[in-house]
Amino acid sequence: MDAIVVSNLSKTFGKGELRRVALRDISLTLAAGTMTALIGPDGAGKTTLLRLLAGILTADAGQVCVLGHTLPQQALALQSRIGYMPQRFGLYEDLTVEENLELFASLHNMPAATRESRYAELLTMTALGPFRKRQAGQLSGGMKQKLGLACTLIHPPELLLLDEASVGVDPISRRELWSIIHRQVVSEKVTVLLSTAYMDEAERCDHVLLLHEGEILAQGSPAELASRFAGHAFRLRAAAASLRHLQAQLAQLPAVVDAAIQGDGLRIVMQKAEAPVLEGELAALGTPEVIPSRLEDAFVGLLFSRGPRSRAPLSPHAQAADADEVMVEVKDLYRYFGSFAAVKDVSFSVRRGEIFGLLGANGAGKSTTFRMLCGLLPASSGSLCIAKVDLRKATAAGRAKIGYVSQKFSLYGALSVQQNLSFFASAYGLASERRKLRIAWALEELELKRYATMNAGSLPLGYKQRLALACALMHEPSILFLDEPTSGVDPLARREFWARVNSLAESGTTCLVTTHFMEEAEYCDRLVLMSLGEVLAQGTPAEIKERVRRPDLPTPSMEDAFIALIEEHEQSSRRAS
Amino acid sequence: MRLILLRIFALARKELLALLRDPASRAVLIGPPLIQLLVFGYAATFDLKHVPFVVYNQDQGQLSREFIARFTGSPSFELLRMVHSQRDLQRAIDDESALMAMDIGSDFSADLQRGSTAHVQLIFDGRDSNTAGLAIGYAQSIVMKFNDVEASLRKKKAGSTILLDRAWFNSNLESRWFIVPGICGILALLVSMLTTGLSVAREREMGTFDQLLVTPMRPSEILLGKMLPGFLVGSAEGSLIIFIAIYWFQVPFTGSFFALYLGLLFFLLSTVGVGLMISSLAVTQQQGLLGVFLFMVPAIVLSGFATPIANMPQAVQYITLIDPLRYFLVILRRCFLEGAGVSLLWGQYWPLIVIGIVTLIVAGRLFRRRLG
Repeated sequence: MDAIVVSNLSKTFGKGELRRVALRDISLTLAAGTMTALIGPDGAGKTTLLRLLAGILTADAGQVCVLGHTLPQQALALQSRIGYMPQRFGLYEDLTVEENLELFASLHNMPAATRESRYAELLTMTALGPFRKRQAGQLSGGMKQKLGLACTLIHPPELLLLDEASVGVDPISRRELWSIIHRQVVSEKVTVLLSTAYMDEAERCDHVLLLHEGEILAQGSPAELASRFAGHAFRLRAAAASLRHLQAQLAQLPAVVDAAIQGDGLRIVMQKAEAPVLEGELAALGTPEVIPSRLEDAFVGLLFSRGPRSRAPLSPHAQAADADEVMVEVKDLYRYFGSFAAVKDVSFSVRRGEIFGLLGANGAGKSTTFRMLCGLLPASSGSLCIAKVDLRKATAAGRAKIGYVSQKFSLYGALSVQQNLSFFASAYGLASERRKLRIAWALEELELKRYATMNAGSLPLGYKQRLALACALMHEPSILFLDEPTSGVDPLARREFWARVNSLAESGTTCLVTTHFMEEAEYCDRLVLMSLGEVLAQGTPAEIKERVRRPDLPTPSMEDAFIALIEEHEQSSRRAS
Repeated sequence: MRLILLRIFALARKELLALLRDPASRAVLIGPPLIQLLVFGYAATFDLKHVPFVVYNQDQGQLSREFIARFTGSPSFELLRMVHSQRDLQRAIDDESALMAMDIGSDFSADLQRGSTAHVQLIFDGRDSNTAGLAIGYAQSIVMKFNDVEASLRKKKAGSTILLDRAWFNSNLESRWFIVPGICGILALLVSMLTTGLSVAREREMGTFDQLLVTPMRPSEILLGKMLPGFLVGSAEGSLIIFIAIYWFQVPFTGSFFALYLGLLFFLLSTVGVGLMISSLAVTQQQGLLGVFLFMVPAIVLSGFATPIANMPQAVQYITLIDPLRYFLVILRRCFLEGAGVSLLWGQYWPLIVIGIVTLIVAGRLFRRRLG
């Protein structure tokens, strides 16, 4: 039985010059009871496709038949049988968890008799039971997503459409979300179609659709897609100290599709099934060994063949290169909100040119620490030094030395790219010649020229991220703060972003970053892992992984380490209280 | 210092661009004020014209017909119909077809010719007290004129006093001359408050406020940068309405433009101060908008725009002292109609300056505390 049958579907938005094709002649069939992942770069048409299938958007051409209903004519009948969770699920933040469930149950005309048992079931499944009376606005990001999913599942749907359900969610909550979704497929025989930026999520699905510029570039089971690149993936062992430098060199080689740091070596994906030809410094490392290919290799490789994206690293800033200079010094930092300690006794220091990661579950105190470091929030006690400036005394002087890229890529949406750059240049006090130079630098190096006159609000997400980075770099700060800079961004744009961050660090800019992508934690020189406001572990990625190594887990991944350490800490603090 | 100015101007420029490039906020700044100007300029008037009335004339004489002719000949009244019974008279008021009903007794002419007092009953629809009051006033003056003419014709009261009235500054008592300059104040208040009152909240919602705070800009610089657009937009809007008032509505401008613009400047100082105060308190744009209207509606009611301040209860009159619009309306009307210059208006200027400085200081304080 086919749950979804789509043929020759097309959809465009806008008119005249603004006309943009979102979907181009798409045909697909999805079997009932299966789980399908929708992957692709930003602006590939993933959200449009999901919205069309949910019957809340009408196609320009083509036939859509979902669960036997022809759309758009039978959209109403269909909508009572499906669950659709948009990217930003519309929870009512002033209502409690229970009231939100109540509301969605009423919207779906659920009979009162069955409600209580369904609430109990969903609350147990999402582990939100203890928070029944809490307002949705007071929940952490991960809990909000779980509540959103619970509201979507309130009347058991036959088809579940999820649009990036796990964006901005920490690995633990992500694992919980995933197990809820999985249970729907296994025990309730629900058909699931989900879009995601996480390749490990796509790998767990039965079927994968790779969308690119409104067309299906490839589809098949994850193993099938990965096997197309069998023999393309290699591993090169290298000493940890120079990995970033080697990675940048490798990425410049013409036949190399992708080069990423992984553990104590580099993972290389080639355009053809041939080992990379290494010269000079790289040749000394030995021969790369062939390793099994992954779905992500297929994603990057297939898109690479569609026109390689630039990976040109940023040209270095002029910075004094005293590598051992301490740029960020945090000692015994506390922050209270009322009687609640959001940050407890946090200490760490970051040297010039380091990439330093702050990891932790949602609500672990990362953002609070970050805000204090940027001078957005005063500390309750403890000391904070940024580039030798005591932030408790001279905030304005400290701020002149930092750049800040926030989670939401905060830009002025009604202003053009050029105007945004020009405003931030002036806000950082750049005048005349230098200002002109820096704006030209940003347009050139971050490849924003093409969009210079476009409103920042209508840029594709990847370009918003670039512009936000450009604005934060206007004044050549010595310290760069990146707060979840890659959340919701596709793997390709994420790679480009990290190539840029790496070259900044190489030239002496200190980078502090928070992220929910565990493979990105590997790119950090050192990191701290936070939970419930405290630092759990501190050190290089290898040191942190070492802490959870056991006979039954000889090569733990960063995600394994993250989950093991945090769960252990949460349990022990629960026992203590 | 140069850097600080650069930053402030960059912020002001950014604010203006954000306002003018966004079609929605551009429409809000231009559309509603012009609509209000037309509505107030044409529709809002205190002058009463064409009051419909009915007459039950039981008198057969010449004088009663002359008496009625005085009403039908006036632009303020319009004869609806003659009625022929007390009941019809009553019904015309009941069903709101007539606002006034005139009941002339059967010996009206006879009484007058005898030289004794004649009685006429005028019944008004009191459901709309304001209109009824105005109509009563008009009717009284018509009756008085009728009496004067009758008296002089009969030479009964030779050498009696004749009242000669003349209204200075607005000799025809055109209410439009009174209302249109007032609109300039209301609309300058509206746009300058909307521009400043929502600006911080908008950035908070978009997340750009944090981005602004991590730049080396000091809170005072941000405050100044956010003030400038309020001044610019407010004075542009004010100028447009002054222009329309003079050239379209033909309200005479007899005073000094310098005195008027000095007043506008001080007025905007105070409204921008209040706007920023609301802005630093509001967390969301919705709260900001609510705050702006919570301030604006009483500010207009208490300003003397439509109802004289002297008629308000004493306690309320004290409250009007902190209403910036109150002072600016006086400046506007005196500049337009009276021809006042700067020297005559100091009594209005200084309260505006005081309100402006106090609100700006409070806004600065709130602003800094919100950051903590």
